Amino acid sequence: MIIKKNEEEKQWLVDTKYYNLPKDEYFKLESGLRLPELKLAYEVYGELNDAKTNAVLICHALSGNAHAAGYHAGEKKPGWWDDMIGPGKAFDTNEYFIICSNVLGGCNGSSGPNTIDPTVGKPYGLSFPIISIKDIVNAQKKLIEFLGIKKLLAVCGGSMGGMQALQWAVAYPETVFSCIPIASTYKHSAQQIAFDEVGRQAIMADPAWDGGNYHEKEHPSAGLSVARMIGHITYMSNDSMEKKFGRVLKKEKLGYEFTAEFEVEGYLRYRGDSFVKRFDANSYLYLTKAMDYFDLQQNKKLSEAFKKVKSRFLIIAFSSDWLYPPYQSKEIVKALKMNGADVTYCGISSDYGHDAFLLEFGEETKLIKHFLNSTKKKLEK
Amino acid sequence: MTGKPKEELRLDHQVIGDMIEKGSTVIDMGCGDGDLLRYLIMNKGIKGSGVEISEEAIYKCVEKGLSVSHGDIDSGLKEYPDKMFDYVIFNQTMQQVHHPKEAILEALRIGSKVIIGFPNFCYLNARLQLFFAGHVPVTASLPYSWYNTPNLHFLSIKDFENFCKKQDITIENGVFLTNKKTIKILPNLFALNAIFQISKK
Repeated sequence: MIIKKNEEEKQWLVDTKYYNLPKDEYFKLESGLRLPELKLAYEVYGELNDAKTNAVLICHALSGNAHAAGYHAGEKKPGWWDDMIGPGKAFDTNEYFIICSNVLGGCNGSSGPNTIDPTVGKPYGLSFPIISIKDIVNAQKKLIEFLGIKKLLAVCGGSMGGMQALQWAVAYPETVFSCIPIASTYKHSAQQIAFDEVGRQAIMADPAWDGGNYHEKEHPSAGLSVARMIGHITYMSNDSMEKKFGRVLKKEKLGYEFTAEFEVEGYLRYRGDSFVKRFDANSYLYLTKAMDYFDLQQNKKLSEAFKKVKSRFLIIAFSSDWLYPPYQSKEIVKALKMNGADVTYCGISSDYGHDAFLLEFGEETKLIKHFLNSTKKKLEK
Repeated sequence: MTGKPKEELRLDHQVIGDMIEKGSTVIDMGCGDGDLLRYLIMNKGIKGSGVEISEEAIYKCVEKGLSVSHGDIDSGLKEYPDKMFDYVIFNQTMQQVHHPKEAILEALRIGSKVIIGFPNFCYLNARLQLFFAGHVPVTASLPYSWYNTPNLHFLSIKDFENFCKKQDITIENGVFLTNKKTIKILPNLFALNAIFQISKK
């Protein structure tokens, strides 16, 4: 039992576990390269039933981690999707066994550029091979197999997590009973690649980055911070920024100087500064690259890409999301319908932009809770 | 469909249910809260899905366990391959699409049969309101005023029959409804609603 109720703090205490690929195995990558090891940090919430039919895999977005719900001992902030996962919530831990793992290439416990390469005893740095969303999913498949799960009731994720969910449905049609991609896409567009590239350039332009070899010294915080600031602009909408900040100043009047005078500047700097404390610059490079490589279509008709899928789908997009606009989700819906797949689509009206997938949990709950419930009934039939 | 008495809705559903063969595949264009789809799934064992423009209605459909797609009918029809469904239903929604002719022809492309339920504009009471009261008719099946109606197109039973003739569409069945029952005599004068089943070779 992973979840314990801490009576004093009234919080669900959870902890992170680790999966290791057996020592004599390599992990093969889409590029043809091999990783000498594979470690995945993961958390589980709820209990796996005897038939092992109630497992739900949650895939996190670019800056997420395995800690999706509950509290780590001594911490004040819960996991990143705690509003959605827990007893009675959308992903009801009384009903389902929820799994969330840190992605391959990440920096929160799973193998990535800042973990130790066992062949040399030093952090990989840029010797870590370039990975893809497919590799991230294949690594998760190893974990799922290790947990003895043959069928996932659902695979769900927002943004980069949605790409993983789609990749799961395409690569493992027999394993994925239902798929819930949120605010996501089937391929990165030129604009999406462009924003990622600006983020990467910001990191690589920081002298502290030093070709990725900064592990023993000062980290490229300035570069990573700017990358995160750019990211944050794309996660919000014009409306949400206007509402949150407008032209409000931090002080009473203009100071005619280059400090953060506007609230929005202060906010972006704050988000950048707090991000560098918890994220690795090289991981940012690798994961944005994995997203840019993501393309289920591969110059075919999109419906061809989904030919083998067997999952039921719930696809969610947000009206003001201009980073992963609803039209991309609608194209997935259309391609799935062409294959006669069981699809539900909802474009939730929201001002929050791309961030909505982490904020509009009321609407998401309405959809996901009932979708999972009817999916469970279909699986039991 | 708001503003209509519940009893008549059930009659709608019953009539449509009677037209549909057990176990068939059905898409409901403008499925609203999904009551008709649920009725057909429970009573006719259909494999059904829906298209609906209202976000709130989508939540209600998902709550009922239905598979629905959030979007408008005009563009939604194009998303399906030829003869994907046994039946395509427009229940009280065809008069609200932008291009009814294209919508009906598209529906006949993606479905073997199309079922269309619409309010009859030439119902006796409507004619009297127009002629004697001199205002746009407000009836049980057309409960809106000019400034708040979702209906973009107004047609009679006769208009629909003429349309089908012109488009070489076969009318396989037509059922005419008053508030509480079906009628056979002079439907264009006495029916509030009509439900047609059509096909095209």
